[in-house]
Amino acid sequence: MTATASTTAAGHARVPTARKQGPPGRLRAWATRAPLLPALIFMVVVTQLPFVATLVISFFDWNALYPDARSFTGFANYTEVLTDPDLRKSVLTTILLTASVVIASLVIGLGLALLLDRRFRGRGIVRTLLIAPFLLVPVAAALLWKHVLYNPEYGLFNGLLHWVGGDGASQPDWISDTPLLAIEASLVWQWTPFMMLILLAGLQSRDTELIEAARMDGANNWQVFRHLTLPHLRRYLELGALLGSIYIVQNFDAVFTITSGGLGTANLPYTVYQSFYQAHENGLASAAGVLVVIGSIIIATFALRVVSSLFREEVSR
Amino acid sequence: MSSSTSSSTSTKSAAKSPAKGRALGLVAWLAGILFFLPIAWMALTSFHSEQDAATNPPSLAAPLTLDGYRDFFGAGGGASPWPSLINSAVASVVSTLFVLVLALPAAYALSIRPVKKWTDVLFFFLSTKMLPVVAGLLPLYLFAKNTGLLDNIWLLVILYTSMNLPIAVWMMQSFLSEVPKAIIEAAQIDGARLPTVLTRVVAPIALPGIAATSLICFIFSWNELLFARVLSGVVAQTAPVFLTGFITSQGLFLAKVCAASLVISLPVLAAGFAAQDKLVQGLSLGAVK
Repeated sequence: MTATASTTAAGHARVPTARKQGPPGRLRAWATRAPLLPALIFMVVVTQLPFVATLVISFFDWNALYPDARSFTGFANYTEVLTDPDLRKSVLTTILLTASVVIASLVIGLGLALLLDRRFRGRGIVRTLLIAPFLLVPVAAALLWKHVLYNPEYGLFNGLLHWVGGDGASQPDWISDTPLLAIEASLVWQWTPFMMLILLAGLQSRDTELIEAARMDGANNWQVFRHLTLPHLRRYLELGALLGSIYIVQNFDAVFTITSGGLGTANLPYTVYQSFYQAHENGLASAAGVLVVIGSIIIATFALRVVSSLFREEVSR
Repeated sequence: MSSSTSSSTSTKSAAKSPAKGRALGLVAWLAGILFFLPIAWMALTSFHSEQDAATNPPSLAAPLTLDGYRDFFGAGGGASPWPSLINSAVASVVSTLFVLVLALPAAYALSIRPVKKWTDVLFFFLSTKMLPVVAGLLPLYLFAKNTGLLDNIWLLVILYTSMNLPIAVWMMQSFLSEVPKAIIEAAQIDGARLPTVLTRVVAPIALPGIAATSLICFIFSWNELLFARVLSGVVAQTAPVFLTGFITSQGLFLAKVCAASLVISLPVLAAGFAAQDKLVQGLSLGAVK
């Protein structure tokens, strides 16, 4: 719906210039479209064809170790994926992991963005320090948490506990005790800067005159935040949440590195990877993959709506 | 993100209560240090000997050494990281070039020339980004296996191109819309064809945006693990796959792990700090300026 609205709005603005230049024939239409074609064709071939193949494979009972026993089974793989307790658990893990990381990093990111929106000495340095976690290669970040921070024998966390509490301090084994939380903490650390950057951009696009007018009328900080800043930030919060969800739903690096999917931390991408790369269950893996896509489409529908509303604003500007 | 845009209101409120403003600045500094601490600690550990790195409580004053880095680069007899670093460089740089060659004309058509239903095309590009990688991984693996492309860096180059193309089209579309149309029309009247218009007129004006787009594509390709893990082996191994070799490393290799993580992250850290202003715009697919 929103996309159609912006199409017509933009169309009206552009049609006159197009008419002025020459006869609007078929040839001209193709000449205009031609520069788009290489990218379009490339994307269709490289991303859409494999997905169609996944869809086809998902209807087959096919273990790569027994290639001759391949047969059509209809929706049996889907039934199996949805009834298998391990796979059902990985669906739950994916939802839990994504929701908790997105919410926590959004809330902390909002706090940091509000702090960084103020002027203080060394703001540029602080911003650079805060962005750094997001710029570490994801596998390196996961290794850092696994070995350097969480390790029960020489990790920094237990080292700090040792420093503070002396020899009798408790020395928890973070990854074994709270495996999912361990992964979530590392992801929140990596994704908070991303949320902060988006929200900071939102804060800095506020109408300063409006805020000054509100202050003239006697509004205090909280009132300005509640009635001006937060409504303005809403779309940026939505954008951060949805883009974060798209990336974190697909997270593989942290799960693979920190726990290798063990201790109940396997999410769907890891499960799909494992079922075809280690168990060679091509049909099952494909069905699980298709389910990930369906979940992503649900998120993406909302994401596209948010992006298109931002986009429409930009077109009309 | 210029630092001056938001200052007018914040200075005013800070002026009202300078003590509170200073306190909040201090909180911001503390948060920054807290977030950076793990990386600083990793850097310090990478310069310690393996024995000093693995002590509890940790030793701040331990002597510094380059042994971790020497070990990482293969002095200790381990596998050399150079082939994987070179593979990553090739895959990232070449796929970024491919992305530019494909995205620039597409973004040009979408932003400068009127294309019917242009937003629909833009949204198609975006929607491919939302298709999870795992959804197409198995057919790609089977295809690669049957055609002998498994463990071939060029397959990764093509996949990384497709991974970054949607983002690049979106970003560049927003950068190219800022090129004045009158200049392009003037060039066309002078008889310039599309490649000339693109390279001589559009590209120079949109250069900062094109550079930012390239850096972001480079970062994503350099970081990618799942495709590389499944589709590469010994020959085409990339740097993140090389790093996964440290997942189970125990005890005495902590300094080496830290050195490896930092060296492999270095290109991304450098590119990211250089493009921090444009980073958010790219990551939010051009929707946030």
